Amino acid sequence: MEIKQVFRTLSEASGVSGYEHNLTSTLQEHCPWADEIKTDKLGNVIMLKKGHGTNPRPKVMLAGHMDEIGLIITKIEKDGFLRFGTIGGFDQRVLLAQEVVVHGRESRTGVIGAKPPHIQVAGEQGKSVSMEDLFIDIGFDSKAQTEEHVSIGDLVTMKRDVLDLQGSFMAGKSFDDRAGVAAIFECFKVLAGISHAADVYGVATVQEEVGLRGAITSTYGIVPDIGIAIDVSFGDSPGLPESDTIKLGQGPGIAIGPHVHPKIHARMVETAKEWNISFSPDPSPYPGGTDTYAIQVAQAGVATILLSIPLRYMHTPIETLDYEDVRQTGRLMAMFIAGLNNDFVEGLTCF
Amino acid sequence: MKTVIKQLTEAFGPSGYETEVTELIKSLVEKHVDEIKTDVLGNLIATKKGSPGGKTIMLAAHTDEIGVVVTHIDDKGFLRFGNVGGVGIPTLVGNRVRFAGGAIGTIYHEKSSWKELSLDKLYIDIGAENKAEALKKVKLGEFGIFHREFEDLGNRLIAKSMDDRVGCAVLIEALKKIESPTNTLYFVFTTQEEVGLRGARTAAYGIEPDLGIALDVTLTGDMPEARRMEVSLGHGAAIKVKDSSIIVHPKVKDLLVGLAEEKTIPYQMEVLEAGGTDAGAIHLTKTGVPSGAISIPTRYVHSPSEMVDIRDVAACVDLVVALANADLASI
Amino acid sequence: MLLARLTEANGAPGQEGDVRDLIRAEIEPHVHQVKTDALGNLIAIKNPDAPGPKVMLAAHMDEVALMIVGIESNGYLKFRPIGGVDPRVLVAKSVVVGAKKIAGVIGSKPIHLQKPPERERAFTIQELLIDIGAKNKEEAERLVKLGECAYFTTKHEEMGNGKIKAKALDDRVGCDLAIRLLQEDVSFPLIAAFTVQEEVGLRGAGVATYQIKPDLALVLEGTTASDVPGTDEHKHATTVGAGPCITVIDRVSIPHPPLVQELFALAEEEGIKVQVRRNTAGGTDAGKIQMSEEGVKVATIAVPCRYIHSPVSVMSKDDYEGAYRLVRSYLKKLQEREASN
Repeated sequence: MEIKQVFRTLSEASGVSGYEHNLTSTLQEHCPWADEIKTDKLGNVIMLKKGHGTNPRPKVMLAGHMDEIGLIITKIEKDGFLRFGTIGGFDQRVLLAQEVVVHGRESRTGVIGAKPPHIQVAGEQGKSVSMEDLFIDIGFDSKAQTEEHVSIGDLVTMKRDVLDLQGSFMAGKSFDDRAGVAAIFECFKVLAGISHAADVYGVATVQEEVGLRGAITSTYGIVPDIGIAIDVSFGDSPGLPESDTIKLGQGPGIAIGPHVHPKIHARMVETAKEWNISFSPDPSPYPGGTDTYAIQVAQAGVATILLSIPLRYMHTPIETLDYEDVRQTGRLMAMFIAGLNNDFVEGLTCF
Repeated sequence: MKTVIKQLTEAFGPSGYETEVTELIKSLVEKHVDEIKTDVLGNLIATKKGSPGGKTIMLAAHTDEIGVVVTHIDDKGFLRFGNVGGVGIPTLVGNRVRFAGGAIGTIYHEKSSWKELSLDKLYIDIGAENKAEALKKVKLGEFGIFHREFEDLGNRLIAKSMDDRVGCAVLIEALKKIESPTNTLYFVFTTQEEVGLRGARTAAYGIEPDLGIALDVTLTGDMPEARRMEVSLGHGAAIKVKDSSIIVHPKVKDLLVGLAEEKTIPYQMEVLEAGGTDAGAIHLTKTGVPSGAISIPTRYVHSPSEMVDIRDVAACVDLVVALANADLASI
Repeated sequence: MLLARLTEANGAPGQEGDVRDLIRAEIEPHVHQVKTDALGNLIAIKNPDAPGPKVMLAAHMDEVALMIVGIESNGYLKFRPIGGVDPRVLVAKSVVVGAKKIAGVIGSKPIHLQKPPERERAFTIQELLIDIGAKNKEEAERLVKLGECAYFTTKHEEMGNGKIKAKALDDRVGCDLAIRLLQEDVSFPLIAAFTVQEEVGLRGAGVATYQIKPDLALVLEGTTASDVPGTDEHKHATTVGAGPCITVIDRVSIPHPPLVQELFALAEEEGIKVQVRRNTAGGTDAGKIQMSEEGVKVATIAVPCRYIHSPVSVMSKDDYEGAYRLVRSYLKKLQEREASN
């Protein structure tokens, strides 16, 4: 299956933070480039593509998080409606009138209901509906009926098929950060055709959205020399200042900041220029918010960098990107890895 | 069990200064375990060895309670203070505190509207008439706790620091009941949970268990106009699905539900929107530890009058006992 | 003077190079081993193979700064703070930018052209720009790169009654103390970790501690003193001139009580004036050090500094000497204990 199609499959599947196991088989089935695939205790999927160097080979870890934000059932009302809380950060304004999938005993369609305009009070439309007042209607008529299918603690995901927009633009849910996972696959595909000294651990991490948790434990297990996190970043769109965003269609953002090792940064930029891969500089004073933050401080420290795929409308069901950016990110990582040697890696702890 | 809960909840143990509590627990458990030790952060670790084929389980209940710390003594002998853990202003005003050195005082507030009250507008009166007299009773930097006694209302009990002395009581009762467990059980009475799950983090690093279970309180929603929360007193042990520190491993959640069903232990599912427990620290240890939590439903958490139902407490004990010989192959 | 050189050096979180090089040159003659790690922590080890308690001193090299995040078409530089900076201290200050140390100013609308209500509202970071005198974007791009940092240009100076004003006393004063203390004659392993990126989440400390595996650690800091007009006495946190402060609790740690007690007792024994840090806010590397692996005994000793995280801080020389004497006495006490064993 073409990687773009795997990306589509991953996006449409459900894998809320802590419950990513549904995605494991898709990853295992569509990663022919890995020599070993395993899952660790929290569910991180670790795909190892061995290098050709002599032992001990440098270790590079690529991390893209596979969990998506979602909702969790907190109460079943007496008339069968469901109340919910969130897993990860939601803007509650995007939930109104949204179709969802409730993962109870079976997966069922639901609707996040809204009051019709006819009976709203004057001025009500100016205020957003609070999370507390939202509810999911799954079409049952009583608590007893609903309880046969849904329990407190069951998860809910957005119902959204991937849309192809103009050119290589796509819209869908959980592009944050299954696009990162797709970029890892794109990288593997390029690496399959070239020689590389380093062992490459492609990790689809879990629970990034609730605290970078999978990255903490997976990095501890791998102890890489270099960690590259691939996440999404704010794509250009109206109303956002240019210095806060990255343009779609111009390749990945290469971050610069406390979470980025200066030599890795220099080498990454050099690689991009050498291979004519366009990129956007991404100055980031705040090192947190992505798996990079967790990877960098594992054990005795890891030299890290963050590559960002520009994404519009982050944390909504209609996240939008240019798939070419995903491909270019994969290609950049592959060429960077191919250019690594032991000397460079040893020099990373010299300051 | 009520006696143990009373003893534990009336003891002094703010985060960082839990020795009175851990010493008390040590005296209650040391005859019933194979090994007992204290680590650098003061965690009390009591071990019951299992059989060779079994797995290791870390059961954690925290010994620390929220409190206050003296930051200033003024010329008239009034104290100003900071918080140790999450103390809320409405629960402080008009309540009494007890300091490490034994001094007792009451808390009140400066002239202010309720909305604008902040911790720095409160003060403590220990009955001193001037600074010198105050300094004979307390020191700058001294820690204090709520000063309140335990009350037995029948099925329901009220005390300060039910969070998490009742969890400690559950573990104490369970370990007395467990004989020759299949799995090796580490009963860890942790420190500094209220200020960031700190004791559990370092204890788990040393133990590296196969499974981690926290015993802590959770909120309920069964009071008038309560914040939405489906857990209720008297409905059994709460099996946690998630809180802000952990999304319980699905297999651990299923294991606990399975054991509760198998042993007919009353239980309810718990989704806590805000708040964390030691399981949050345990599950991120080293390469990861599948973890979950058994919670004791509690009303009025972080107030001087937290309320539990003894039947829920008993259900929690039964569920912990069930873990001792549980088959953990699925984890 | 060492403190002058340390405070005038520039080192934002993740870009501590100049400070690291300065410190390395100072400590190399006094220790057996010096190394760095993947994050840039500088670790200096005395008596690495000796028996006895492994004692770690920690001080962070980074200071809060401003990262250049954009260049406008008219040549002005957009910036964001790296570490916590109150935007109100920035307006009308001079800075130097990047490796080339380009001079700049953080300007604002002149008072003459503002209406009174306008002056009530503080400037936000988004409204402030650095002017380096470039005519356009191209010219600016030749001088400054995105990701470089702008620093305050405050010069170290003695003032008033035994006070010092400088930038980055948090935590160059700690670095200075650690450098001096490394010169103590001890037989047990003494390790100084000059950490990175404390200001953006205590990033370097945990990583350094994992490598060192100390038996105990003393964190040397510059901490907040709010003993100024407009602040009620009970909110001062610390008092300049009342001696170094010992932390009993802060946002990230409750230092090891027996060690804390020992330090207070030692201060009394040696006649060193000390104070309790009277605030629960603020964090230091102790938060991460204490949590390393199975736990480490930590204590934090800090010099009170007014106006930290701003272009100019003020501290007292006596407090600084008091901090030095206290830790030195502690090391001597450990040494005596080791010698008698």
